Amino acid sequence: MVKDQYDVIVVGAGPAGSTAARFAAAGGASVLLLEKDRDVGYPVRCGEAVSHEGVVQFIAPDPKWIAATVTRFRLIAPNGKSVVPRLDGTAYVLERRLFDYELAKLAANEGAEVITKAYVYDLLRDDRGNAAGVKTLIKDVPVDIRARVVIGADGVETRVGKWAGIETECSIHDMESCAQVTISGIEAEQDILEFYFGESVSPGGYVWVFPKGAGTANVGLGITVEESKKKSAIRYLEEFVERRYPHAAVLTQIAGGVPCAKTCKTLVRNNVMLVGDAGHQVNPTSGGGIISGMIGGMIAGQVAADALKQNDLSLLTEYETRWHKRLGWRHEVFYNIKEAISSFSDETLNSIAESALSLSDEKRTVGGIFRTALWNKPSMLIEIAKVFVS
Amino acid sequence: MGATMPRNTPLMIHIIPGKCDYCGCCVGVCPEDAIELMESRISIIDERCTNCRKCVWACPWEVIQFHREGVEQLPKIQSLFLNQKKADEPLSR
Ligand SMILES: Cc1cc2nc3c(=O)[nH]c(=O)nc-3n(C[C@H](O)[C@H](O)[C@H](O)COP(=O)(O)OP(=O)(O)OC[C@H]3O[C@@H](n4cnc5c(N)ncnc54)[C@H](O)[C@@H]3O)c2cc1C
Ligand code: SF4
Ligand code: SF4
Repeated sequence: MVKDQYDVIVVGAGPAGSTAARFAAAGGASVLLLEKDRDVGYPVRCGEAVSHEGVVQFIAPDPKWIAATVTRFRLIAPNGKSVVPRLDGTAYVLERRLFDYELAKLAANEGAEVITKAYVYDLLRDDRGNAAGVKTLIKDVPVDIRARVVIGADGVETRVGKWAGIETECSIHDMESCAQVTISGIEAEQDILEFYFGESVSPGGYVWVFPKGAGTANVGLGITVEESKKKSAIRYLEEFVERRYPHAAVLTQIAGGVPCAKTCKTLVRNNVMLVGDAGHQVNPTSGGGIISGMIGGMIAGQVAADALKQNDLSLLTEYETRWHKRLGWRHEVFYNIKEAISSFSDETLNSIAESALSLSDEKRTVGGIFRTALWNKPSMLIEIAKVFVS
Repeated sequence: MGATMPRNTPLMIHIIPGKCDYCGCCVGVCPEDAIELMESRISIIDERCTNCRKCVWACPWEVIQFHREGVEQLPKIQSLFLNQKKADEPLSR
């Protein structure tokens, strides 16, 4: 039975929320994790690619939730020329439906309670207007639950921050409007991630083709909302699939949004914290947010448990500091790189591919290709330098 | 957020019944917290919406439409299931 009071309530059981719940519970807090959907992990709105190094910080890789293990990636220029740089390390394409489930189990193992079909529709407030918990519909029955700390892990559609007075609206310049299909009956190399660039396939963004087991792949794309005013993501995707995989069977189709922005200026306000997509913790260049959201969740969970132990919630702001030290500052650099890359014309992209192809095999690394890209946009150099210096 | 000027035009934003994927992209760009999104139920909160159209542009599936003449007469029932007959009414709070 759900209690009427917890130390921490986490809203949303995606990777960020489950990880926040796990670390808060491990630090001794009583934790309730609320998820609006019937199942943790489903529906999946994700390309599902993560790096091995990212995953092992949190959980040992398990074939149960790995659809494909990847060692290479291929960049396809607008003119069709492709480059296959070496990838240092391994990446996985996940079965997020199972992966997210495992993450929620890890939280439960630490003592967090998990409730699904629990939609949070507002914050409870105390006399001073601070959050005192959440108002939720559990299986459509209204229930108020009190908490000393509320962690908003409610993804791209976040509202928790807005209710707490934190600015979380994503600009139409930064929000990526996404569509993806999982298709089958195709030839899909299982050890390679593919990225298609160009005005006609995905202006300012890219199309991804990520293997998901024999004959199957996630094929998707994202364009900025600014761009999708003119033509929507689903139209670009339908055209791409029709051209590239005309005979594929479509197993699933999803819409989605990714906030490819810098981290929200505020992540903590009084006793409310934001983690994952809710706090814009996505890598703005790649749009990847699984691991970075989990890192945010871990730090927030640890900081919340500590602050509760010391009975001093002013310590919660430590989370902002630690996030910015760990990843936030990098995301600012990645943001500038995103801005540079999305301004490349098709000709520039073609010439980058051309010069990359002329590199010797061992020079054809990500760094090598980046250096060729720099010839076209020297100002990127300063941004990249910032990543490595400091 | 929320506390913007009252709108003196009719609501012009319409979510096509039954087409939404409940992905949340529209909610992420809404400046007014004017979209209520549940597991399989979505609605515009009329008194907050300013007709700014960001949600219309954001939707990957073209589910949200802008109607200059207002949306009063457009179909509202989102689902045939009886327990959802108030599907496009926002939650009262
Ligand atoms: C098409 C697409 C492809 C992507 N591809 C990749 C990729 O290949 N690699 C990668 O790393 N990242 C990718 N991402 C990004 C990645 O999916 C997100 O960054 C990641 O899921 C963020 O995790 P999260 O826990 O913050 O949010 P989410 O995973 O979105 O979880 C939020 C949870 O909160 C719940 N929730 C929301 N509101 C409420 C409420 N009011 N009450 C209760 N529960 C609520 C939701 O139902 C959801 O389960 C992709 C995203 C999209 C859209
Ligand atoms: S039109 Fe603007 S204010 Fe109204 S729901 Fe859409 S994004 Fe929100
Ligand atoms: S962006 Fe479109 S598909 Fe996604 S929740 Fe909004 S209306 Fe539904």
